[in-house]
Amino acid sequence: MWKKLKMIPLAVLVFVCVYPFCFLAAGSLMGKGEIQECLLAVMGDAGGYAHFPWLPRYPTCQSYVEILLDSPEFFVMFWNSVKLTAGVLAGQFLFGILAAWGFAKGTFPFRKILFTFYILLMMMPFQVFMLSDYLLLDGLHMLDTHRGIVLLCIFSPFPVFIMYRFFHQVPQALVEAARLDGASQWQVFWHIGLPGGSSGILSALVLSFLEYWSLLEQPMTFLKSKKLWPLSLYLPNIGLEDAQAAFAASVIALIPAVLVFLAGQDYLEKGIMAAAVKE
Amino acid sequence: MKKKYRGCGFGFVLPSLLGVLLFIAVPFFDVVRRSFMKAASGTWAGLSNYRMVFSNTAFQTAAGNTLRFEAVCIPLLLVLSLAAALALYGLERHVRLLKSCILFPMAVPAASVVLLWKVLFHENGLLGGLMHLLHLPGADWMNTPWAFWILVFSYLWKNLGYDMVLWLAGLSGIPISLYEAAQADGAGRWQCFRYITLPNLLPSLFTISVLSVLNSFKVFREAYLAAGDYPHESMYLLQHLFNNWYRDLSMDKMAAGAVVQAGVIFMMVLLLKRAWD
Repeated sequence: MWKKLKMIPLAVLVFVCVYPFCFLAAGSLMGKGEIQECLLAVMGDAGGYAHFPWLPRYPTCQSYVEILLDSPEFFVMFWNSVKLTAGVLAGQFLFGILAAWGFAKGTFPFRKILFTFYILLMMMPFQVFMLSDYLLLDGLHMLDTHRGIVLLCIFSPFPVFIMYRFFHQVPQALVEAARLDGASQWQVFWHIGLPGGSSGILSALVLSFLEYWSLLEQPMTFLKSKKLWPLSLYLPNIGLEDAQAAFAASVIALIPAVLVFLAGQDYLEKGIMAAAVKE
Repeated sequence: MKKKYRGCGFGFVLPSLLGVLLFIAVPFFDVVRRSFMKAASGTWAGLSNYRMVFSNTAFQTAAGNTLRFEAVCIPLLLVLSLAAALALYGLERHVRLLKSCILFPMAVPAASVVLLWKVLFHENGLLGGLMHLLHLPGADWMNTPWAFWILVFSYLWKNLGYDMVLWLAGLSGIPISLYEAAQADGAGRWQCFRYITLPNLLPSLFTISVLSVLNSFKVFREAYLAAGDYPHESMYLLQHLFNNWYRDLSMDKMAAGAVVQAGVIFMMVLLLKRAWD
């Protein structure tokens, strides 16, 4: 009885979590006429209320065709998102893995204090660094460039924090044994650290991807030229008048994130959980 | 033998540390210095920038809203996600599917859901229609104090799965034998929860709170994308304020505001860290 009862709130929860996807998917498959009829009350002052069907009555791929074939600016934005995300992930990957390994298995002085410093930085919201980021980019003449945005994001301490937890779980005895056998620092890292912490690296990448694919604050503040904008900035500017394009564009922006989510769900969960495990 | 390895590992941290110092810490300390100066003339200003920030009504509203938002959201999220985790924990089937569904909002970019927000919370939108159907009073949700609760809902929607997975990690760390022993002694469902589950989850609580606060800063994305620079007063957050200061080039206020905020978070992290360790 108890088991049956608790399925009801769970079902409601699942519905709330998944509905936005159904909404976007259904909307993107509607024709122009149908979508306008559904959203009439929201778009103008026609009175009444908007309604939205579960499935389009006359499904068509017209909106996808239009946005993919007839709007070159959409491609530019999509490509901008890809470039920014790839740049940030590559940088975080490079610096983050090394730092996480150093923090997890190093024995240098002030290690704990430095790590606390990283955690502290991790907790700061964007606006704390808004002015200093601006002055930095201004000084480096990197305002309004993708390089500037990438530079601001690659030293984010969050992936270091996640990967640190995984590297920490690599057995210390293994590391010690390798060192005793005369392995160099680099060899220990390469042959023991990397394989042992690989799931941590993937977890951090999945979390970072989801984060940076919808990055908003930095591009919004530091990118003036519209042609440099990522999708996350461009999408909300498509008004409801152009609902058809907005739906299709939203779904296309969603697809890479969903693919990463589905492919990396186990790592995503591991990454989330890593933070909860006490040392 | 140990001696030989003193200082080892620092080389790994060095590139990242240099980056963090050069591109984050040093520029920030420059901002701290600037917060005591007049931006226009570059002369010493003492605490006048801070006085200006604290007496600014927009700052008071934004700081108040941000604090209220944290105070409402974090406990609500912690309780709801714990409930979801407990509901999921006892299930034998479909756990993976349910988890995927509940985690799914994490993958949805803010820019994509904004469309739904606009259609859902418009005065004549889907929510209005539903309320009308149920003979309940509607509202222009985004332009009334309801806007704050929409923000709360959006935060819960996005982060429930994240926190639920964290709680599940905590739950799976509790040995089953504890429950078996308690049941053998005649403990009921509630007693098990009260005297075994809750105390054992306490260490997770601190971590989960910290991460929930961290994620709460990102709710600005939805708020900004759906409502723009000047949303309803009840959802005007510190990030909105800083954006507007940035647009007006109010360097003095931004510098002092950033230092105040960093100070508050610094204290909070140190306090939580105490509890964490």
